[in-house]
This record gives sequence, structure tokens and C-alpha cells, in this order.
Amino acid sequence: MHQEETNHHSTGYGTYILVWLALIALTSITVTVAGIDFGMVALAIAMLIAAIKSALVINIFMHIKYEEPIFKVFLLVSGFTIVVIFVLTFLDVVNR
Amino acid sequence: MSQSNQAAAVDHHVHRDDVGAKMGMWLFLFTEVLLFGGMFLAYAVYRFQYPDQFKLAALELDTTMGTLNTIILLTSSLTMALSILALQKKNKFLSIINLVLTIFFAFGFMVNKYFEWSSKFSHDLYPGSETMLNKQDGEIVFFGLYYIMTGLHGLHIIIGIVILLFMLVFVSRGSVTHDNYVKLENSGLYWHLVDLIWIFLFPLFYLIH
Repeated sequence: MHQEETNHHSTGYGTYILVWLALIALTSITVTVAGIDFGMVALAIAMLIAAIKSALVINIFMHIKYEEPIFKVFLLVSGFTIVVIFVLTFLDVVNR
Repeated sequence: MSQSNQAAAVDHHVHRDDVGAKMGMWLFLFTEVLLFGGMFLAYAVYRFQYPDQFKLAALELDTTMGTLNTIILLTSSLTMALSILALQKKNKFLSIINLVLTIFFAFGFMVNKYFEWSSKFSHDLYPGSETMLNKQDGEIVFFGLYYIMTGLHGLHIIIGIVILLFMLVFVSRGSVTHDNYVKLENSGLYWHLVDLIWIFLFPLFYLIH
């Protein structure tokens, strides 16, 4: 019964709309930047923008920012697992 | 929020664990991340191996279509979040409107996908086609990854549509309400994950020049 009270201070309709605008803006940036020839850095820029978009979706839309710490621990563990898998694989691939 | 959620459940002597339900959902989402993660790993290794052929193959993809679908999916994530928030604020009508919009955008995404794939197929660009088999290894791998990754993602959209249709019924009938909305919340988490995966698929397939 009290749950909506605690939600008010965290997010409102406005917050979500702002996040959505930011996501659309970042999409325009990534599409525009892809049209310019940045060579090797292009992939890094595209992934950086995708990471910022993900952070917005995870924190605000998926509410992680307002969840209990255990959810953040979950997220860190799974993120770390993915990073380890990528790093170990590339240590192999690059040194072949 | 979660603690008061439980408090509400206790007040009414209902056995409910919303935090547990959400934890379970997050654990499921991590298995999804690992599923797609394996594919992203395959993509990364092959792109490292055939950088130029990946660029060449990516020229065949329609950036406009990809951008449009990105905007559609991001907007559907917004309406999904708004639907949950509206229900929390006891505005059932607004919640239903936003849920319907989310489903509508999901369909829009799939319609675009249909036209996109049809156009590829009509250009004889599908796994195992004659044109495809005459291409270089890196290009074949690119299209293989494109079809399997966007295909699996599309399957997730279709499953999402089914889940959201159920939620629409639940909210309309009043079994998902402003003080018992964890089902809608978990559906939202799933929907946002599908959006997250697309956030990475889009630049990796459509924006290589």
C-alpha cells in the first residue's frame, strides 16, 4: 500500500521522458559519427555510446539505481563474467 | 520500495515475495546475457579475423531501417516504463494505454524486420544461397551472425509480445494492480533487456563503414 509513496521521489514521468530523449539523441550521434571515417577509433566510439545507452536503460528504466545492493552485486558479477570471457578469448585469438 | 512492497503483502496476510520474484527475473536475464554474450564473442573474434570483409558485407544492410527500428524499440522501452509507473500511481487507464503502445511498437519492429529480411532474401542474400556461397568467408560469417543474432532477438520480441498481451489482460482484469504489480515489473525487465541487446546489435551490424 505504501509502495507508490516511495516511488515518487525516485522517478516520475518526466524522468523517463528525459532518459528517452537522451537515448534518441545518443542514437543520432552514433549514426552521424558512423558516417565519418574515424578508422580504428570508430568501433570504440560506437561501443562507448552503446555503453552509455545501456547504463541509462539499466539504471533508470530497469530501476537498478533504486534497487537494493544485492541487485547491483548480481549485475557486477555477470558483467565481470562477460568481461573475463572476452579477455581470455582474445588473449588466445590475438596470440595465435 | 521493495521492502514496503513486502510490508504490504504482510499486512494483508498474503504470501508474496516481490523482491524474490525480481531476483529470479534478474537471474534469468543473466542467462540471457550469457546466451547473447556467446554470440557477441563469436562476432568479436570473426570481426577481428576479417575486419575488411565485415565492412564490405555490412554495406548490404539498410542503415535507415536499422535506425528506425532502434528508435521504435527505445520508444517501446519508454512506454513500458511509463506503463509500470502509471499503474504504481493508480492510473490504470494510462497504464493500459502505454502497454498497448508498447505492443504496437513491438509489432512495428517486427513488420520492419519482415521487410528488411524479405529484401535480403529477394537479393539472394540468405544462408546457403548461391550468391552467399560465392562470397568470401568473412562475408558469409557476417551474414550468418546477422541472421542468427537478429533472428534470435526477433524471437525474443515475439515472446515479449505474447507476455505483454498477457499483462494487458491481467491489468485490465485487475489481477495486476497498483499494490501487486511485480508481474508487470518483471515483464518490463525482460522488455528492457531485449532493448539492451538491440542497443549493441545495431552499431555492430548496421554502422560499420
